[in-house]
Amino acid sequence: MRELAQGVVQPLAAEVDREHRFPHEAISAAAEAGLLGVLVPRQYGGAGLDALAFAICIEELAQACASTAVIVDVHTSVGTEPILLFGDEEQKREWLPRLAKGELLGAFALTEPASGSDAASLKTTARRNGNSYVLNGTKVFITNIGQAGVYVVFARTGPDEKAAGITAFLVPAEAAGVKVGQVFQKMGLHGSPTGELVLEDVRVPAANRLGGEGQGFVVAMRALDSGRIGISGQALGIAQAAVDEARALMRQRGHEQGDDFTLAEMATRLESARLVAYHAAWLCSRGLPFTRQASMSKLHCTDTAMQVALDALQIAGDEGAVAGSPFERHVRDAKALQIYEGSNQVQRMVIARDLLRAG
Amino acid sequence: MDFEFTAEQVAIRDTIRELVQDRVAPRAAEIDQTAEYPKDIEKLFAENGILGIPFPEQYGGISGSSVTICMGIEEIAKACASSSLILAVQALGSYPILVAGTEEQKQRLCPPLASGEKVAAYALSEPGSGSDAAAMQTRAKKHGNEYVLNGTKQFITHGSIASTLVVFAQTDPGADHRGISAFVLERETSPWTVEKLEHKLGIRGSPTAQIVLEDVKVPASNRLGEEGAGFKIALAVLDRSRPGIGAQALGIAEGAFDYALNYVKERKQFGQPVASFQGIQFMLADIATQIEAARHLVFQAATKVDAKAPDLTKIAAMAKLFASDMAMRVTTDCVQLLGGYGYISDYPVERMMRDAKITQIYEGTNQIQRVVIARALLR
Repeated sequence: MRELAQGVVQPLAAEVDREHRFPHEAISAAAEAGLLGVLVPRQYGGAGLDALAFAICIEELAQACASTAVIVDVHTSVGTEPILLFGDEEQKREWLPRLAKGELLGAFALTEPASGSDAASLKTTARRNGNSYVLNGTKVFITNIGQAGVYVVFARTGPDEKAAGITAFLVPAEAAGVKVGQVFQKMGLHGSPTGELVLEDVRVPAANRLGGEGQGFVVAMRALDSGRIGISGQALGIAQAAVDEARALMRQRGHEQGDDFTLAEMATRLESARLVAYHAAWLCSRGLPFTRQASMSKLHCTDTAMQVALDALQIAGDEGAVAGSPFERHVRDAKALQIYEGSNQVQRMVIARDLLRAG
Repeated sequence: MDFEFTAEQVAIRDTIRELVQDRVAPRAAEIDQTAEYPKDIEKLFAENGILGIPFPEQYGGISGSSVTICMGIEEIAKACASSSLILAVQALGSYPILVAGTEEQKQRLCPPLASGEKVAAYALSEPGSGSDAAAMQTRAKKHGNEYVLNGTKQFITHGSIASTLVVFAQTDPGADHRGISAFVLERETSPWTVEKLEHKLGIRGSPTAQIVLEDVKVPASNRLGEEGAGFKIALAVLDRSRPGIGAQALGIAEGAFDYALNYVKERKQFGQPVASFQGIQFMLADIATQIEAARHLVFQAATKVDAKAPDLTKIAAMAKLFASDMAMRVTTDCVQLLGGYGYISDYPVERMMRDAKITQIYEGTNQIQRVVIARALLR
């Protein structure tokens, strides 16, 4: 794993960032190494590993290149895991082997222009028409846009305006009416395409419905719970890279106590974040309740990554702020993590709600 | 303490505010994306007397007050941090002349800078001496009535576009920082070469150059102060320029907060404006409080500069340290307040966050500010 990350992924990181290009070579290498099927059971062509192994894989990748890490993370967790958890046998046999091998890249389409944190208010519709559904709507901030072979799309099937009216679908990228809208220019994660998914009269067979009608919100929330473990891994990788680079620079050019203390604090924060993340992953692997711990992990790891990346850049000084320096890239990349897969405000809501629940 | 700006200062600020809204703000995203120096904005500032702010009237300017300079930088930085450096670096490159120049030098060198006919820059840092200025390698050797300069200067803001460059060089290499002298290079007669331009995280419209001096001849009449006085001049200049960087950081934070505050009032989630959630309200309260505190420290420092107060070194360092750390935190939170939209370039706050970072680094890193403050406390 480390060999792949440091040998193939890391040497591409600066170029992928500079050129805003998809790291095809890194993703192919990850596919060959079996990394795209980490969570998929062996019987469906995957490695059959658990959430902790998954978190560690993403951490290693992110230490080399945060863009590559989020591509693999979204594919593996929110892009593939819903099929694993909620798909029927036929759906598993149809989709999982191709996803696990990397023939198809997965993606997750929940957010809409007017519904971010308030996901239950989404407006995309799926109208039943005989043995199929017709989907219409626009999704935004979709990771792996344009590269994914299949999108897990959430749409409204029932008259219920809130969560109970939402259903999940597997929408192949090649289905008629699936269009890529604006691809965003972002502050960081330049190698990972993010954009709009436009659905115009997209017809999918009823066999592509994931779970029952009205079960979509449950699918989304469960997917995001383990997605948060993946993002925690990504945060740990960025933070570890920042700590390592700051440490190497200080050893090379000399250091004084002010920066020494900062480095000590960075490493301590990282250590605590890693333990919180691994604990959440361990609970998930054991089948124990882990929603609160996953949110705590996402909140703590991503806030840590942001602070550690900023501290490392401050230690590096002017030379760290020059484009192409890993120090400035880590800062730009880290910021996204505090926002996506549930902003850190949403994580606080989840944690507080869980803590304050009666009983 | 409440800052009583004079009627004249308020008038200058209002003029700048209007110009910035009409002419600078609409250009800011493009300046960042193309990473091109906004010559049009420089011209706009020159035509409207803004570049005359760092200079007293007798040298062709309109003020010379640090408070007024800070007001100007703050206003411009609210919309475009790159453009705010046009004023900030005009001031930085001129301070050495105003601080250490003879009457003849001030009369000769300042008016074209005050009118904006010429652009100034300041060359202290070198590849091997950033925070440790005394380790500089650039040499100035006296030959008759002139000096010959050789060396490389690093991270020189506007080094590529300036026509007047204040350069620090060793005239007595054995004497450590007591061997440093300051010179004014006029580009037509003392040309330097631009080795490379940096691509940066932020302030992308403000060119940062590595420049090379190769047998550059400078008349002895362009030496500022005595031989060996350079290091003292550099420190005196930094005391005066640091409140300006504090003002820049303040402006960046205020610009980001203005935008984010409007956004959370309009953006609705869960059927209500995002601003109606207490978690968001507490963030807003913290941001506004931090900005207010930084604002007072910055103008306190500027006031001390104008009054030549004995503790101005310490307060100037505090203002720069506090305001720039504040700007980094505040802009990071403002991106957060916009969520996914904050992270994309269709909205201005991600640019402001990228711009904020450099204020913690240049004109003395914040580690150096802490060293300066601690030294003043322990003296």
